[in-house]
Amino acid sequence: MKMNEQISNQKLKRRLLKDKLFTSGMIFFAFLSSLPLFLILYQLVVKGYRQLNINFLFEEAPDTMEAMMAIANEEIIPGGIANGIVGTLLIVGLASLIAIPLGVICGTYLSENAEHKFAGIVRFVVDLLQGVPSIVLGVIAYIWIVKPVTNGFSALAGSIALAIMMLPSVVRSTEETLKMIPGTLKEAALSLGVPYHKVILKVILPTGISGILTGIILGISRIAGETAPLMLTALGSTVINTNITEPSSAIPLLVWEFYNDPNLVNMIWSASLFLLLLILCLNLTAKAIARKWKVQY
Amino acid sequence: MNSEKTFKYLLLSSGVLMVLIALGIVITLFVGAIPSFKEFGLRFLFSSEWNPTEGKESYGALPFIIGTLVTSLLALLITFPFAFSISLFLGEYFKNGKLPSILRSIVDLLAGIPSVVYGLWGFYAIKPLVAELGLNAQGFGIFTSSIVLAIMIIPYASSLGAEVISMVPGSLKEAAYSLGATRFEVVKAVIIPNAGSGIFAGYILALGRAIGETMAVTMLIGNSNKIPGSIFDLGNTMASLIANQFGEAEGLKYTSLIEIGLLLFIITGIVNYIGKLIMKKLSA
Repeated sequence: MKMNEQISNQKLKRRLLKDKLFTSGMIFFAFLSSLPLFLILYQLVVKGYRQLNINFLFEEAPDTMEAMMAIANEEIIPGGIANGIVGTLLIVGLASLIAIPLGVICGTYLSENAEHKFAGIVRFVVDLLQGVPSIVLGVIAYIWIVKPVTNGFSALAGSIALAIMMLPSVVRSTEETLKMIPGTLKEAALSLGVPYHKVILKVILPTGISGILTGIILGISRIAGETAPLMLTALGSTVINTNITEPSSAIPLLVWEFYNDPNLVNMIWSASLFLLLLILCLNLTAKAIARKWKVQY
Repeated sequence: MNSEKTFKYLLLSSGVLMVLIALGIVITLFVGAIPSFKEFGLRFLFSSEWNPTEGKESYGALPFIIGTLVTSLLALLITFPFAFSISLFLGEYFKNGKLPSILRSIVDLLAGIPSVVYGLWGFYAIKPLVAELGLNAQGFGIFTSSIVLAIMIIPYASSLGAEVISMVPGSLKEAAYSLGATRFEVVKAVIIPNAGSGIFAGYILALGRAIGETMAVTMLIGNSNKIPGSIFDLGNTMASLIANQFGEAEGLKYTSLIEIGLLLFIITGIVNYIGKLIMKKLSA
């Protein structure tokens, strides 16, 4: 009898030990995965903060010679990433201009005609587009725009690639948001004799604006850091460019260029830091909008 | 009445445009790949030669298909303990409070870091480490890329898992507890069987991400056009090959790269479709 009790006691102890080990292992692994974030941030801040000054925002990227001279004199490399900032604003701005209206309208269509057969096809297509690797979109924009339209690398081609990349998240967030708006709201407006398009534009869309905006900003933050498709389309430029049919730089493209030029390598950290801060701000804005403007029913 | 109809057509036309964009992508890739397909046929898939020498031009996708699959599957393997721990942490052990919300923000931030920055970090932090461990002379290669890819896909692999784990019915868990089960046993006997397919769907979608990931891999994989002999070898994925060679490509090489793009499109499409299919079965 005593033997049996001892054995079952031991068994219980072993089970409890297993449980404890598992729990601590899980907590350890969960927090270990946050380590890279801090390591990356640390590296960017420590190596990049010295370059971040006012000139960094308003001057074009230095060329190799300038950087070499500065390194030889042990000075900070002159110049900044103004061409990248303007390029990113241009390319991402144009991409948003294409993707936001189309995405919001398409999302509205999906939520308004949820049961339609064609809506099912559209939904499938949006899912498909969401999964297309960004480099493939770069190839597509190259074939569609770079060769036939602008006869060379251009900001426009980059915008097209990024717009297609951004579309699914705008469509999806619009659809999901509008679906949650109670039907009574729409019925009330319709029963007052408001025409259908006005119900959508003046009642439904304004009610869902916070969810839609959040989706848009997250979409922008997703494309702002993209490098691969821009390598095949916008290519890069050493000067500030505001012409959409010309090659243009962008902040992630500059990071890539600095990485490939041994003399400019010191600039990668500040440029990356700036890019990361930009994306961080976008994400925080999206979160703040989602929290503050949340419409309660 | 008229403006009402126009408006409905406007809504519909946006859907049509969406379908046209997708069709356009598929057709463009197919048409672009035709010359290469005519030249090499099915051999393209099984040939391991990538020879741009003029006159002896010959292209095959096998090294890059293998490189892509090995890199992304290895990344998924590495990411598993981390992503699963985060899913459990957020979905079961610590559902509310400060700690999980901090972890959730950290995971969100990981998803926001651009690929090129991950590549830089891999180059300056992971690559020397791999070289120091003697796994590979310079530290470049499939293993290095997979580590960085694994970190990049943690957010995608963990978020769906956390969601399905948190939806496991409380009554089932309580029943197990009332029989004297420890928490670990509840995880093993109740949560994993119930949420398993959802967790799996999350990994499939993360795999889709890893397959298409370009910049970080391009910076770390070493860009060799041979079939990798081991996971510590240099290699190339389909995406990194396009990123490296598309710029100066012409003629046969150009269409071969487009065919690689088409293959990449098809593979990610299938992987994502499987993931979505599992998810749909779950919600049904």
